[in-house]
Amino acid sequence: MSTASVSLPAWINYGVIPLLNLVLAFFFSGLVVWAIGENPFEALQLLLIGALGRGEGIGFTLFYTTSFIFTGLSVAVAIHAGLFNIGSEGQAYLGGLGAALVALSLDHYVPWYVTMPFAVIGAALFGAACAAIPAWLQAKRGSHIVITTIMFNFIVSSLMNYVLVRLLIVPGKMAPETRTFLEGGQLPKLDWLIALFGGRLGAAPLNFSFLIALVMCFLVWVLIWRTKLGYEMRTLGISPSAASYAGIRYAKIVMITMLISGGLAGMMALNPVMGASARLQIEFVGGAGFVGIAVSLMGRNHPAGIILAALLFGILYQGGAELSFDMPRITRDMIVVIQGMVILFAGALEYMLRPAIVRLYQQVTGK
Amino acid sequence: MDYFDIFISILGSAIRLSIPLLFTALAGLFSERAGIFDIGLEGKMLASAFASACVAYYTGNAWAGLGAGILTAIVFSMVHGFASITNRGNQIVSGVALNFVAAGLTIVLGQAWFNQGGRTGQVPPEGRFSGIVLPGADMMRDVPIIGPLYANVVSGNNILTYIAFLMVPVSWWVLYRTRFGLRLRAVGENPGAVDTAGISVSWLRYRALIVTGFLAGFAGTYLAIAQSAAFINNMSAGKGYIALAALIFAKWKPVPVMFACLLFGFLDAFANFMQGKSLPLIGEVPVQIFQALPYILTCVLLAGFIGIARPPKAGGVPYAKER
Repeated sequence: MSTASVSLPAWINYGVIPLLNLVLAFFFSGLVVWAIGENPFEALQLLLIGALGRGEGIGFTLFYTTSFIFTGLSVAVAIHAGLFNIGSEGQAYLGGLGAALVALSLDHYVPWYVTMPFAVIGAALFGAACAAIPAWLQAKRGSHIVITTIMFNFIVSSLMNYVLVRLLIVPGKMAPETRTFLEGGQLPKLDWLIALFGGRLGAAPLNFSFLIALVMCFLVWVLIWRTKLGYEMRTLGISPSAASYAGIRYAKIVMITMLISGGLAGMMALNPVMGASARLQIEFVGGAGFVGIAVSLMGRNHPAGIILAALLFGILYQGGAELSFDMPRITRDMIVVIQGMVILFAGALEYMLRPAIVRLYQQVTGK
Repeated sequence: MDYFDIFISILGSAIRLSIPLLFTALAGLFSERAGIFDIGLEGKMLASAFASACVAYYTGNAWAGLGAGILTAIVFSMVHGFASITNRGNQIVSGVALNFVAAGLTIVLGQAWFNQGGRTGQVPPEGRFSGIVLPGADMMRDVPIIGPLYANVVSGNNILTYIAFLMVPVSWWVLYRTRFGLRLRAVGENPGAVDTAGISVSWLRYRALIVTGFLAGFAGTYLAIAQSAAFINNMSAGKGYIALAALIFAKWKPVPVMFACLLFGFLDAFANFMQGKSLPLIGEVPVQIFQALPYILTCVLLAGFIGIARPPKAGGVPYAKER
């Protein structure tokens, strides 16, 4: 008998199964660590200490978490409407241009809290602009959004390359980056947040955009589960034909969803560009857009889950960096392997364990 | 240098740059025509490049390297199959995951084994595929027009280049003239019908993915031990995605795939050539335009402005035998 139709209680669906998938992902990552001749348990311990052991480590962890919350939300919003946005990477990259242009033009004149709202808008607008063409192609011309968003990642990458190398570069400098923003174009560090728990932030770049990310989580939750638009998006995601019969306009919802999704991805740029390096650098996104896919999958496309999953990946990124200092045989790219394993087991092989768990559940409950 | 010489040199480099695209796009052709989207082409290329470089380095045998490259790409393909056919998982998610695994694993293992910042050791000359001078190339060289074309573009390539072009008619023949090909195309359009005819959808799709891995293995091997002499960090550098673009640009057909790959290879070669040079009338053209052009062209095509690119109907949808 097929087990697909048996429904399981929520604590298994949202607790046990994701956890087991995560364990599997870590098991296979551990095998890789073991294969190159290091002790996986020791590696895990070093990773956790590196990420959570000191105030500075926590600061870095939360800094990465911030970026992943934005990109995770971006992917999740699109998934609710049945759209797979692989372009968060490019949207965040272009969003950086929006944020940087605002910072560059305002930082001489006003303090950061005046710059910030404009920068948020700038980043979101540029991110949304990058999602607009793929969205329109999907809505009106029926082109597959996955393909077009991938293409746009590369188009944006070339464009930003041009903009940074030719237009925004500081004359006389070699590095393709803008000038450093003045105080008025930087987001303040959140040292008080770490100090609240008795730690010291040190050099960690945890900044105000962390709070913006948390606000966005709440707003996305409101949007998806408490508004008419969110209801229409979810309807479209679950059944496009039902949405069509209910009079929900496909093209309109696709456009709006993708603009929101692109805007959220664009806002991710606030964190590294205005919060950490205080300048726009080449390739600053560094794969955070793709991590967003993993975060959204792990977090079951729910803001609360996304925060937890983003934290997990934040720990991996910061802990992985520390780990590569302590165990030089393990490079930082081990994180990429773990990330791949997590996407594989928590995403693509999501239902692999389900039949076995259903049988076990039926035996235990005696149904 | 006169214009003809420049043209010949760009053409030669265009061919060299389009070979990995051609293998990869043909690889994607088999999987996508069978109804399995494959975003993971990039990862397969990267993983097989790494494997072939490692084996060629240790054995000093290029063919052993090729074998390892093919085997690795098939393993990746099978994981993709296990996720998307057996477990009916999301094919795009699985592809993204495998790209990550390949990108990370090649660097982690490379660093652990060779300790050169993600590079593998330098592969000895006998472990590489080197250029083959076709008979008469030197004799023909002085013949105007055809001579340089034959000597510098047709001749002097390595064996994998010729295999790549051979794979185009072979793929066409397999897809359009064999029973396997007919069923493969059918399973990408209407798996239900294939199932009704008593043919296993899963097994058919798995076989298609084996072919995909086989061809992607050639692509990676070409990168690592034909075009260069070692594996370098992230050496596929997005070529898997360009190949995917070429596949779509060619509307999922083998012969157009070849032309699309040649076009994208030519753009790449032209961009390299144009670096720092200026055109008459227009002035200096930013290289980035050429880099972005394959993607822009594909988007324009997808928008339906140059004919319609219609993907296989059942692509991306897992097949459920019973409900």
